[in-house]
Amino acid sequence: MFRKITDTVFFLNTACQDHYCVLKRNIIVIMLLITILPLSTMVVINYFQYKSHLKDQIIAPLYAMADKTKHSFELFLDQRLAIIRFISTTYNFRDLTNEMNIKKILISLKKECCGFVDIGLINSQGELISYAGPYSLSDKNYSEQISFQETQIKGQYISNVFLGFRKYPHIVIAVQHLTENGQTWILRATIDTAFFDTLISSMGLSRQTDAFLIDKNGILQTNSLYYGKTLEKCPLELSKITFRSNNFEGKDNENRNIIIASSAFSIADYILVIVQPQSVALKSWYALKTEIIIIFLISIAIIIFTVLKITNVLIIRIKTSDEHRENVISELQHAQKLSSIGRLAAGVAHEINNPLAIINEKAGLMSDLIEFSKNFDKKSKFNDLTSSILNSVKRCRKITHRLLGFSKRIDIKIEPLNVNHIINEVLDFMGKDILYRKIDVNPILPDSLVTIESDHGQIQQILLNLLSNAFAAVEEFGEVEIKSKNLDNGGIRVKIIDNGCGIPKNVIKNIFDPFFSTKKEKGTGLGLSITYGIIKKLGGEISVDSTPGEGSVFTFDLPEKPNDLEMAHG
Amino acid sequence: MDNINILLIDDEIEFIETLAERFELRGYTSKIAGDGESGISMIAKESFDIVILDLMMPGLSGLDTLRQIKDIDKTLPVIMLTGHGSTKDGMKGMRMGAFDFLMKPLDINELLEKIKLALSESSKG
Repeated sequence: MFRKITDTVFFLNTACQDHYCVLKRNIIVIMLLITILPLSTMVVINYFQYKSHLKDQIIAPLYAMADKTKHSFELFLDQRLAIIRFISTTYNFRDLTNEMNIKKILISLKKECCGFVDIGLINSQGELISYAGPYSLSDKNYSEQISFQETQIKGQYISNVFLGFRKYPHIVIAVQHLTENGQTWILRATIDTAFFDTLISSMGLSRQTDAFLIDKNGILQTNSLYYGKTLEKCPLELSKITFRSNNFEGKDNENRNIIIASSAFSIADYILVIVQPQSVALKSWYALKTEIIIIFLISIAIIIFTVLKITNVLIIRIKTSDEHRENVISELQHAQKLSSIGRLAAGVAHEINNPLAIINEKAGLMSDLIEFSKNFDKKSKFNDLTSSILNSVKRCRKITHRLLGFSKRIDIKIEPLNVNHIINEVLDFMGKDILYRKIDVNPILPDSLVTIESDHGQIQQILLNLLSNAFAAVEEFGEVEIKSKNLDNGGIRVKIIDNGCGIPKNVIKNIFDPFFSTKKEKGTGLGLSITYGIIKKLGGEISVDSTPGEGSVFTFDLPEKPNDLEMAHG
Repeated sequence: MDNINILLIDDEIEFIETLAERFELRGYTSKIAGDGESGISMIAKESFDIVILDLMMPGLSGLDTLRQIKDIDKTLPVIMLTGHGSTKDGMKGMRMGAFDFLMKPLDINELLEKIKLALSESSKG
């Protein structure tokens, strides 16, 4: 299962089962694990850390603003209460029952502080004693109203918003006064809440941010941008809003993600609520989040790309080095095999040489006896027989000497030699192959070829390699031409020309490199590099010229004598 | 070429016996030795004109035998025989003072030529 997944993910051939594929997959998986795992962990940790940090940083000012604005509201309401309290202590009950006085007070109030709409004096029974304002409220009894009862208990009262006579939202503030003789009366004023909107707009909120007042029951006390007008029920889920200042995240009635910061009043039953859509509040966090994700994904892509590339290069290197090692081993085995065959051939040849020598001498003696005796019947017949035996021995000798010659060419031994002779020897040696493959071999070997000083065995090896290659390149009935000629510098040149398949251009530049083979399993890739090495050792040069489809020409030059080789010749 | 005394040293007794017979037919005196040691002791006792020595022998090798022969008589010409394809040992022998070397199987006429040449050279020397 795991293998299947990784194979699919990393585009490995599922049919490929060799150990390189397994190695490749393992390296990729391990490298990806050790790079991506810490990176992912770090990204996740950073993500949550940044998130909580940024949220705190974004929400804290919102909360501070709610608190500050609440204080402004409270200050405003406190001032109004203080003014009313001041009037109640400055004037006595009698002064205030005078309509003229109370009207004067209202005029002064309207002139000096904004918001006052009317003012009334209420006795301890809840009856309106005097009133100054736009309404005709004479003889009204407040004893049943909450405002009266609350004031009687707490000494002061601030009402929720209500719509006044002119359909403007108002609030009522009331202050209870206790006279020295134990009498109580209440001074009650109505205040226009237009100033609330001014306070809220002075907060300087961003366009999509909403701020409003609500009462305990969730009734809007000021106009809201999104959640209704004054005295409408606020559609937000406000169960979490308590009279303690707090903030939380939620969803509004239009399913927008929002952040709510609230601050409760201490002197009235109001809560200031600031609502900001998360898209606005957390804009910087969203930008950061996107950046983190993009950077993470890019990093992952780079890691995967790099890991795949590195692994590919690594695997190719390992594969090449393995192949080289295998080639070297097989070349070693090949060399050992050749050397064993060589030793065996030498042993056999040597063992055969001794009995052959005996046969030779016995036959020689027979022929001598016939020769030296005067009267011998069938003398000519016996001479024929012995000379036939001697000729056969000669043939055997030729074979054993050639066997020994081919097997015993390890050390370089410089001697004067004629390369034409070596070419003929090698062609003799390869005679079977030539015959079997029906190859037309055409040696052009001029008698004028100079004798050079070089190593017989090594030249045999060069010719054997180059001719084997030429024979391998041509098809049946192919042609191979061998030319030798003298060079001006005293050396010689040999050309081996075939009309075979030729060598592509990209192969030619590597052709003398060790381990470079186009024969795949068949070749060791050492033949031509050995040839090259031998020619260089003998002080010569080799070059190749080839046209694919037409054939190849291998040319090698050998000097008159090698320069830096010790002459082994005694 | 009168009364030339040849010593043949080779472990292939049959070979040297036949060769010795062929020499006798041609009027040469020849003795045979089956190994290096007996060859050397014969040289110490008797005087030979030329030695035909095989390179590959069990016991004392051809080259060692040659060295000892040369220790006894530096002027005694030695022609070496080799059943081996390599001329390396032959060349070595020649550097050690052997006159020449020939490959087995032999051509009797070639051997006789070499013997004549060796004897004329040694008589000159």
